[in-house]
Amino acid sequence: MISFKLNGKPVRTTVPEATPLLEVLAHDFQMNGCKFGCGKSQCSACLVMVDGNPVRSCMAPLSAVAGRSVTTLEGLMNGDKPSRLQQAFIDEQAAQCGYCTSGMIVQAQALLDRNPKPSDAEVRTALDGNLCRCGAHNRIVRAVLRAAQGA
Amino acid sequence: MTLKINPTRRDFLQSTGYLTLAFAIPLEDALSQGTPVSAKPRLAGDLNSTRTLSAWLRVNANQTVTLMVGKVELGQGILTAVSQICADELDIDLQRIQLISGDTALVPNEGVTAGSFSMPYCATAVQQASAEVRAILLQLAADKLKQPTASLSVKDGLIQSTSGAQIAYWDLVVGEALNREATGLVKFKPASEYRYIGRPVQRIDLTPKMLGQSMFLQEHRPAGMLFGHIVRPPTYQAKLLSVNLALAQRMPGVVKVVRNGSFLGIVAKREGQALAAAKALTATAKWKVEKVLPGDDGIFDWLRKTTPNKIIQTKVQPRVGGPVPAKTMQATYYRPYHMHASIGTSSAMATLGEDGVMLIQTHSQSVFETALAISKMLGMAPDKVRCQHMQGSGCYGHNLADDAAADAALLAAAVPGKTVRLQYTREQEHLWEPYGSAMVIQTQAGLDEQGNVLDWDLQLWSTPHGTRPSGEPGNLLSARYLAKPFAMPLPVNAGGPNYAADRNAIALYDFPGHKVLTHFITEMPLRASSTRGLGAYANVFAIESFIDELAVAAQVDPVEYRLRYLKDDRAREALVKAAEKFGWASWRKTEGRGRGIGFARYKNIAGYCAVAMEVEVNRQTGRIRVIRAVASSDTGQVVNPDGVMNQIEGGMIQSLSWSLKEEVKFDDTKVLSSDWNSYPILTFSEVPPIDVVLIDRPGSPFLGTGEASQGPTSAALANAVFDATGVRFRRLPLTPERIKEGLDKAA
Repeated sequence: MISFKLNGKPVRTTVPEATPLLEVLAHDFQMNGCKFGCGKSQCSACLVMVDGNPVRSCMAPLSAVAGRSVTTLEGLMNGDKPSRLQQAFIDEQAAQCGYCTSGMIVQAQALLDRNPKPSDAEVRTALDGNLCRCGAHNRIVRAVLRAAQGA
Repeated sequence: MTLKINPTRRDFLQSTGYLTLAFAIPLEDALSQGTPVSAKPRLAGDLNSTRTLSAWLRVNANQTVTLMVGKVELGQGILTAVSQICADELDIDLQRIQLISGDTALVPNEGVTAGSFSMPYCATAVQQASAEVRAILLQLAADKLKQPTASLSVKDGLIQSTSGAQIAYWDLVVGEALNREATGLVKFKPASEYRYIGRPVQRIDLTPKMLGQSMFLQEHRPAGMLFGHIVRPPTYQAKLLSVNLALAQRMPGVVKVVRNGSFLGIVAKREGQALAAAKALTATAKWKVEKVLPGDDGIFDWLRKTTPNKIIQTKVQPRVGGPVPAKTMQATYYRPYHMHASIGTSSAMATLGEDGVMLIQTHSQSVFETALAISKMLGMAPDKVRCQHMQGSGCYGHNLADDAAADAALLAAAVPGKTVRLQYTREQEHLWEPYGSAMVIQTQAGLDEQGNVLDWDLQLWSTPHGTRPSGEPGNLLSARYLAKPFAMPLPVNAGGPNYAADRNAIALYDFPGHKVLTHFITEMPLRASSTRGLGAYANVFAIESFIDELAVAAQVDPVEYRLRYLKDDRAREALVKAAEKFGWASWRKTEGRGRGIGFARYKNIAGYCAVAMEVEVNRQTGRIRVIRAVASSDTGQVVNPDGVMNQIEGGMIQSLSWSLKEEVKFDDTKVLSSDWNSYPILTFSEVPPIDVVLIDRPGSPFLGTGEASQGPTSAALANAVFDATGVRFRRLPLTPERIKEGLDKAA
């Protein structure tokens, strides 16, 4: 039995502790805000925050979050309203297919939490491990900078 | 915005069931049912093949309108664009539209969502259908209110007469009124009256994605769903000799082990269990493996030496009269295999229902043709396989979406009544997708004394660019591995001149002599199929590099040189606008920097696009830094400016990724590019600032824009690198190693 906090709420599961965190979040807790992209920690589509730090959930075992706090894209909402960062992504239309978007927003939120006023270059560096294939990069950077300006 | 995609049939009937109330209407239908199709007027886009208005639109009592389209959302924004058009022509708020897209049981068969055809074919059909439905509703209201139609106006579905009488669309008994063919006679609104067309409307599917609400196929989790995984052979032609099925069958959670010839699959209760069992199968499987590939270094020689299935005279325009050329220039350009490389691996869900129908949720671009191919593979009647489109990761062409649908169906057939979801591993996606074909393009020009083109000669060598399912099971990977295998049909260079391998091989320039020859090779060392732009990416790279070489040789500015041969006014404007936006005239060269420009009109019939770029090349490392890029786009009437910009900009970034970094590596046995480390793509810190200038043409046809910018971008890049270094690079990608090697050799 592993217990942890998921988006602020205590949860527990009897799934084997070596199970990838992504599978547990997507399958057992029906989270949408973490996507399978590579299973090799290469693309960050599966990114979540563990105790505020970005973690690729596809390779992290469930046991790694025992007693910790896991935040997915869903957990960034302000109640039923988009967070400032989510709203900025909507305002900038910062996606095409949107498959990488959840990992982008989670990574960007982790950046803004430690650096509320990042430069364009700092945003790009922070997001360099998040792959986007559609070419929405500049929109995504604009969305993060917009959210930072509004902070 | 309600985006209702893929409801169950029951939902659908519930929302529209009242329409079965028959109602005789006093409308004259000029076209009797018995008229042969050939005698009927040509209707707009896909309305020509699906002519009945009720196949496209329903007016619902719950104050909504259901819009049904065969084209599907791939991240390109098509569903938003068609909604904008429908809302404007029908005079309703956008929020009233409920969309059904890509369900083979419910929507018009619009073929494949590809080729930048969705705007010209689907959007124009929706525009005409919406305008005609509005006219019918006005006529119904006029009869009901006993007012002349000329006295009526509409606002958000509320019809008002100048006399003050009013009635809403939803209160009209529409009944059978829409169950008639379009006439093509109803005029569109003037552009000045549009509320949505031409405005940057937010994409209807993006907000839910940004909030973590369910929108992707991967987020659909019916109760009792099982998980599938498959085992691919180690190589394309490998045959399964033996495997320990019993071992996998005993593993935790395994519901079923499926073997059919060389096809191996697992159905399990959990994703991880299916994957573990698939790994166990892989470990015990023994295969007969062939060594027949030419390798990535040998592919270009292989293309030149292999006997083509066909040599196609794509364009034959001999020069009549004039001087003998004073000199001749020649160059050869190379494009390696590229991947679609979707960020999310391909996925599908399938259920063999009690009614004997195989229901498949898929992110395929070709739901109808894929359903037909799968029905043949499974030996089922065509109407017993139904595909429903659900969104997946962006695909950029024919990737593994259709194979995932076929594999999910093969597994679901083994566990009737259960839903099986399958999502490939990253290795499977990288190794097995049908790549964009490697190509060789040779150009030659006969020139006069001043360096003007007299004769332009282009030859290209390519394997196929179209092996989509097309209703043929042999185009589905797994169907080739079954105990009773389906042979792959011989690929064709479809669509006439300038369409597939030879897409954009005919330069838009008006040269006195102009020949294009396509060496179409149907043997495929690596599996290949439609990848964004097909042959256009490489052909435009070659044409636009070569014309730059000719301009340099003639000592003429490359923009001016192109304008000499560009007679199409819109093409000229696109080129000039991009140059102006870039600041071409005032640009000053500095050490290590260069500028380049590239232009094409996609397929010579779709969107016009020019790209200008500034780069900096580090001679020590060979590293190219793209400083900035600008593009112009003329795609006819712009429906969603932000959507067009997103497509142009996204296409440029993807093309920069192809052109700077991407090449599928393979040896004599197998593909070696198996993940993002061995097949790197462009990252945030490598993406330049991009400016896009739109040239709007209100009232002119929609041209389509999704594949317009890739070709011009690759040439602008190579031309800028030449400008910066004085060395011409003709083999893609322009990696630091290749640039350094070329610079060292030239020094």
